[in-house]
Amino acid sequence: MNWLKNIVRPKLRELVGGQKKDVPDNLWHKCRDCSQMIFHRELEKNQHVCQHCGHHMRLGAVARLKSIFDDGAYTTINPPDSPPDPLKFKDIKRYSDRLKDARSKNDTDDALTVAHGQLGGNPAVIAVLDFAFMGGSMGIAVGEGLLAAGQLAVEKGAPLVVFSSSGGARMQEGIHSLMQLARTTIAVDDVREAGLPYIVVLTDPTTGGVSASFAMLGDIAIAEPGAIIGFAGQRVIEQTIRETLPEGFQRAEYLHEHGMVDMVCHRHELRDTLARVIDLLMNKGGTDDEDASLPAVVDAAALEGPADSADADAGETAA
Amino acid sequence: MHNYLDFEKPIAELEGKIEELRHLSGSGEVNIADEVTKLQAKVDKLLAQTYSKLTPWQKTQVARHHDRPHAVDYISAWIEDFTPLAGDRAFAEDQAILGGIGRFRGRSVMVIGTEKGADTEARVKHNFGMARPEGYRKAQRLMTMADHFGLPVITLVDTPGAYPGVDAEARGQAEAIARSIETCLALKVPLISVIIGEGGSGGAIALATANTVLMLEHAIYSVISPEGCASILWRSGDMAQDAAAAMRLTAQDLMEFGIIDVVVPEPMGGAHRERDIVIDALEDAVDEALNAFQGMEGAMLKASRRDKYLAMGKTGLA
Repeated sequence: MNWLKNIVRPKLRELVGGQKKDVPDNLWHKCRDCSQMIFHRELEKNQHVCQHCGHHMRLGAVARLKSIFDDGAYTTINPPDSPPDPLKFKDIKRYSDRLKDARSKNDTDDALTVAHGQLGGNPAVIAVLDFAFMGGSMGIAVGEGLLAAGQLAVEKGAPLVVFSSSGGARMQEGIHSLMQLARTTIAVDDVREAGLPYIVVLTDPTTGGVSASFAMLGDIAIAEPGAIIGFAGQRVIEQTIRETLPEGFQRAEYLHEHGMVDMVCHRHELRDTLARVIDLLMNKGGTDDEDASLPAVVDAAALEGPADSADADAGETAA
Repeated sequence: MHNYLDFEKPIAELEGKIEELRHLSGSGEVNIADEVTKLQAKVDKLLAQTYSKLTPWQKTQVARHHDRPHAVDYISAWIEDFTPLAGDRAFAEDQAILGGIGRFRGRSVMVIGTEKGADTEARVKHNFGMARPEGYRKAQRLMTMADHFGLPVITLVDTPGAYPGVDAEARGQAEAIARSIETCLALKVPLISVIIGEGGSGGAIALATANTVLMLEHAIYSVISPEGCASILWRSGDMAQDAAAAMRLTAQDLMEFGIIDVVVPEPMGGAHRERDIVIDALEDAVDEALNAFQGMEGAMLKASRRDKYLAMGKTGLA
C-alpha cells in the first residue's frame, strides 16, 4: 500500500500543520544483501547501490533515464495504444484490476518507458522495463512499446539501448504475451537492419520470455553486478533436477563466465561505458568523418574514469 | 486397447463390454452381433458428445495423450528419403529436436520437430520433448541451411517447453530460443509450423514463428502450462483446470484471436484413436499451406511473415 502512504498521508499532514512536509516516510533503507541500513539521501546519491556491499538494488524507469541521458534530460514518447485485457483474464483477481492498481502505483501505463535524448553527445533512444510495474512483465503494450522504440531509433538514426528487468511474459495476456517474443525480435531486427547499434543492459531480474527474446539479442550485452539473468525460474529448475543450485547460478557474473554477456558493469560506470560503446560503434573515425576528432576526446575522458574504480566495485560485489 | 483419460471413463466401460462380448463369442456359440452394434453406436454417440465439447483442461489432456502421433510418426509417414541431420556444431546433438532433409510430396524440404517419445525409453532419449540450447541451435542451423538451398521448412511442435535445467541455463537457453525466433523471422523460404500436441511457451514459438501456423483440433498452445500458471497466479497447482480455461489455449480460441491460421480437424475421439487418419489429413493441410507460397519471392516471404506478427498487436483495437 505504498501509494496510500505517498499520496494520502502528505495531505493529512498538511491539515495537521505541515512542519514535517519535507521528511519522507522511509529515512532508512535496509540493504537486502548485507542488511546494513542506508540513509535515503545516500541511496539516491549512490544510484541505489549499497555503499556497504555494492549490492545493486532495482532502479525505477525515471531514475534510470535520468542517470543515463546527458544532464538527465530526455523526452518520453507515448507508446501506441494496445488492447487492454485481451482475454478478460481473471485469476484470484481481475487482470483489469491488477492493471489499474499498477498504473496508480507507477504513474505509467505499462512496464516499458521509451525516451530519447543525448548520450555522451550522441542521440540515443532508451527503453526501460520497470520491475515495479507488474514485475516488468511483457504483454502487448511492452511489445508495442519496443516496436515504437525501434522505429524511433531508425527514424533518428540513433542506437537503441534497452534496460531489461522482468520476470517474463505477462501470463494474464496468455498467448498474446507469447507472441511478443516474436514481435520484439522484429523490433530488434529493424534496428539491426538499419545498421544501428542495439545494446542491452540486463538488470535484476531478466528471465522468461523477456530473456528469450529481445533481451538476449543485443549486439552488446551488459549486465549489472549480481543481476539474476536466465530463462527458467530457480524454483522450477530446483523442482526439475531436485538438487540445490550451484553458488552464483544465473547471476550476471555467472553469465559472463559462461560467455553469455560481454561485461558486468557497475552502475556508476554504466553511463560512461554506454557513451563510449555507442561512440565507438557510431563514429568510426577515418578521414571522411568530420566528427571524428571530437568524439575521440570524449572517448579518452570516458576511458580514464571507469578503469580502476569499476573493477574495485565489481570485485566487491562478486565476493 | 486404448489408454483412457479420466473423463473417458463411460466410454472405457462401454468398450470394455464390447471387448467382453467378443471374448465370449469367441469361446461360445452366442450370437452377439446385434448387441455389439448397439453398444458401438452408444460408444460413437458418447465419443461425439464428449469430444464436441471438451473443456480446455480436457483438451490439455488429449493434447498430451501418450498415444497421440508424435513428430516421428508424421515424419516417417510424410517424408520420403528422410535424412536425419544431427548436432549444433558447437556442443552436442539434442534428441529432443529432430530434423533433416527429405521429400514431401515430391519437393525437397527441411523438417524439424520436437519429439516427446512414445515409450519410456524413447521419452528419456528425447528428454520428453524438452530441448536444451543445443537443440534450438541445431534448429537454427538447419533452418539457415534450408534458406541457403531454398528448401521450404516444416516444423512440428509438441513440447511442454524448453528444458529448465542447470546445464541448459549455463549454455544460454534464453539466447538459444531468442536466436531461433530471429532465425525463423529471417528466412526467405516458406516456414510452415504445425502445433501437433502441446505448444509449450518459448520452446514452441522458437520453432513456430511461421508464415502459416496450423494447429490440430485438440492441440494447445500457451505462454505457460496451466499447472505453472495456476501455481503462480492462483498459488496452487490444483487450479490448473481454471488456469487452462482462463488462458484460452485451445486451437479454437487461437483461431479467433488470429494467432494461428488453420485448425485441422481430428478424427472423432481424438488423434490418438485414428492415427493414420490424422496423419493423412495433416499431410494434406501442410501441402495446401506450402502450395500457397509456391513461386513467392524470398523477400516477400520474409516480409509477409513479419507483417503477420506485427499486425497481431492491433487485434482487439477498434
